[in-house]
Amino acid sequence: MRTLYPFHGGIHPASNKAQSNHKPIAQAALPSRLVIPLHQHVGNSAKPVVEIGQCVLKGQIIGAPEGHVSSAVHAPTSGVIAAIDMQPVAHPSGIPDLCITLIPDGNDEWIAREPCDDWKALAHTDLRHRLRAAGVVGLGGAAFPSDMKLYAHKHKIKTLVLNGAECEPYITCDDLLMRERAAEILQGAEIMCALLYAEEVLIGIEDNKPEAIAAMRAAVLDGKYERMEVVAVPTIYPGGGAKQLIRVLTGIEVAAGVRSTNLGVQCFNVGTAYSTWRAIRHGEPLISRIVTVTGNVGQPQNFEALLGTPVNELVAQAEQLPDTRGYIMGGPMMGIRLPSAQVGVIKATNCLIAMSDSLFPPALPALPCIRCTRCVDVCPAELQPQELFWFAQSKNLLKAQEYHLFDCIECGACSYVCPSNIPLVEYYRFAKSEIWAQETSKKAADAARERHEYREQRIEREKQEKAEKLAAKEKAALDAKAQKSASPPPTPLPPAGEGASVSDAPVDADPEDTMHLKIQAAIDHAKQQAAGSKPGNTEQLTPQQQAEIAEIDARRTRIRELALSSVNEHTKE
Amino acid sequence: MPGFFSPFITKPDSVSQIMLKVLLALIPGIALYVWHFGPAILVSITLASLTALATEALMLRLRNRPIAPFLKDNSALLTGWLLALSIPPLAPWWLVVIGTAFAISVSKHLYGGLGNNPFNPAMIGYAVLIISFPVQMTQWLSPHGMGSVELGFIEQLNYIFLGVFPEGIKLDALTMATPLDTLKTQLHLDGQIREILDMPIYGRLAGHGSEMVAAGFLLGGLYLLATRIISWHIPVVYLGTLFAVAGLFHLLDPAHYVEPLFHWFSGAAMIGAFFILTDPITSPTTHKGKLIFAFGAGLLTYLIRAFGGFPDGMAFATLLMNICVPLIDAYTQPKVFGKKGQKS
Repeated sequence: MRTLYPFHGGIHPASNKAQSNHKPIAQAALPSRLVIPLHQHVGNSAKPVVEIGQCVLKGQIIGAPEGHVSSAVHAPTSGVIAAIDMQPVAHPSGIPDLCITLIPDGNDEWIAREPCDDWKALAHTDLRHRLRAAGVVGLGGAAFPSDMKLYAHKHKIKTLVLNGAECEPYITCDDLLMRERAAEILQGAEIMCALLYAEEVLIGIEDNKPEAIAAMRAAVLDGKYERMEVVAVPTIYPGGGAKQLIRVLTGIEVAAGVRSTNLGVQCFNVGTAYSTWRAIRHGEPLISRIVTVTGNVGQPQNFEALLGTPVNELVAQAEQLPDTRGYIMGGPMMGIRLPSAQVGVIKATNCLIAMSDSLFPPALPALPCIRCTRCVDVCPAELQPQELFWFAQSKNLLKAQEYHLFDCIECGACSYVCPSNIPLVEYYRFAKSEIWAQETSKKAADAARERHEYREQRIEREKQEKAEKLAAKEKAALDAKAQKSASPPPTPLPPAGEGASVSDAPVDADPEDTMHLKIQAAIDHAKQQAAGSKPGNTEQLTPQQQAEIAEIDARRTRIRELALSSVNEHTKE
Repeated sequence: MPGFFSPFITKPDSVSQIMLKVLLALIPGIALYVWHFGPAILVSITLASLTALATEALMLRLRNRPIAPFLKDNSALLTGWLLALSIPPLAPWWLVVIGTAFAISVSKHLYGGLGNNPFNPAMIGYAVLIISFPVQMTQWLSPHGMGSVELGFIEQLNYIFLGVFPEGIKLDALTMATPLDTLKTQLHLDGQIREILDMPIYGRLAGHGSEMVAAGFLLGGLYLLATRIISWHIPVVYLGTLFAVAGLFHLLDPAHYVEPLFHWFSGAAMIGAFFILTDPITSPTTHKGKLIFAFGAGLLTYLIRAFGGFPDGMAFATLLMNICVPLIDAYTQPKVFGKKGQKS
């Protein structure tokens, strides 16, 4: 029996998993259209590489990874690209993002795939490249590009933790995946283990999933994986948080701002291991995922849904009930409320919960904090949530940081237990964003000050240089004049320097004329410079900045077009 | 309409339920109080409750705060009950009204209302009364069978509200000093502990009757511990400190220092350990802080009882330790997840 290391705090909310975990994974019907965001992962947005009207095949890259941290986006089925534009996406802000809309042709025709019978023959860089090209990202919710997490120096990583804990209420997608596709998860884990040179693989599954534990244990035995162990961990929220699971399984605490790899541990979701296997062995990019559809629906169930499937079309297949008032993506503890029912399923969509007033009653009005410290008792990061609340509320951001605001993992356990119904996590999110905003503006101000100082210096230097040049020219002119008055030369000497206007100037002109000429020369020079100048610093932009510029340009063009068309309409009228 | 930000679910728990459970936990003690001292205490509790709610409503109105949600939180009721239990039950009506009104208005609302008061309001009310009205605050009812005469309930009401006694009865005949007070006075008169405790007002452990009331509060306190309304830190360390210090003095000089169990079951030690010091608003939030706080309160309670001028030290010990809470909290911040090996 392995020693476990329970973490501090945690809560036991009603699990609500029984509704959706008794039926096998169903294949979701092909939707009428797919809305595929290009930014589904941590890092840079993928760059669209298709055009409107273009026919694409299933698995074809439609968004190419851009920059170091990025991931590819593929056509989940064959069809025609209908639009590449801004659409609402699965983000609580409701701010639209660039999406590709694909109308399926119904043939579901694959592009040529590159399967691999013996991945062990491939170089590690090749494996990582394949994962990146296949768009494999963490499927536990963070959606971090997996190839980036699979770098390791030899013998640095001892333990690969496979996260099958699934601690959030309602969600059962990992449960069903482990029950039905255990062998493929382990094969994926073996690839990950090889890439990381890990010594052992610990698969943590909460003990409220006995079927999944049994299936995974059987698969470990079948595959004769000697270095893998399935560990039943206690059911407690947030036991499926990476930091919490690592602590439970290994006793290692990964502090905020520290990489677990520096402590010898790497952690992946079981779904990611499965996708890794599909990508390497079968050459299948990440174009679908298992989504739990539950909550206010008649037939809660897990679906294998194509990425981009509109939420309302997917939820309809689970027989959505009429009093539904919105959807949660993810679990009820950390999930987000979707801004629209038309947003597409993304790589991070593990669960869709239809909300109703009876399932999710409105929050009661908040009372003042009575310092009862129930929040302290449940905080898995061992913070003092009541103090953080106090500092966030009074905008005492420095103090909030001193009390480890950024160690908060926003699991929501404190809000869950608060008898005063204070939306504590909201206060922490607010304080964090305020601090980020301050830091951004401070950086901008620093940069501006530096730029300003540099400019001042440059102007000063240029002034000096100009003055020196002028002095030299005047001296030359005076010398020439003196020579002329002494013994006029047959032809005027071409004066040294580049100032053509000065050379044309009559040498005996009075001082005021000389001044005019000088000014004229300066103006000409400035004009020349202006003509030759380009917008500064265009070469060393990050892909993100380039994308932003492209976006801005696109927006400008669109506005111009809109303005033109409206003008045209007016003139028609 | 469901909420907009996670978490979307909450535990069904509320401030008003917590306060209600604390009120419930006081009932065994109150029942034993009535059993031993008669129903006058119920009159004080009713008066205190009405005054507390009225003052709370008035202050909320003056502060432009919503009245209904705060009246329903039961916190004002709790303050009223605790204060009523700390003052003599057979006292003129205005005593409990002044104390409660002061506690709610000045020591709670002038500091910002629920959650913002640095001092325990009930203890402030007690302190104001004992300083302003020392005579009325030391006339405690004798337990059943101890006084030379006893009043019926109607006669008690007549005294509380109108200040009139039946013909030929004086207040002195009905009341007496508390067991703690008597002990102190007798020790000043060069009495010996053994002889003093043989006086009829003393029972098995401490004061006759009052020791049972204290036991009732202990029972209620255990309920609070069992339901996790309070944690063990404050009551255990407070009573432990009181026991240890009293025990030390008792061992050194048993003739002049009473045994530690006497201190546990006298005065406000039990109600203080479980109901007053544990007030979350005015006690530290960290575990280490709670230990320091309770230790300080236990030590001060003993010092005031044994060497101070007031009969009981609980109220002042609480208030003195209340002042220290922000400091204690600031210096006892625990290490967070993953940073335990580091220096803060």
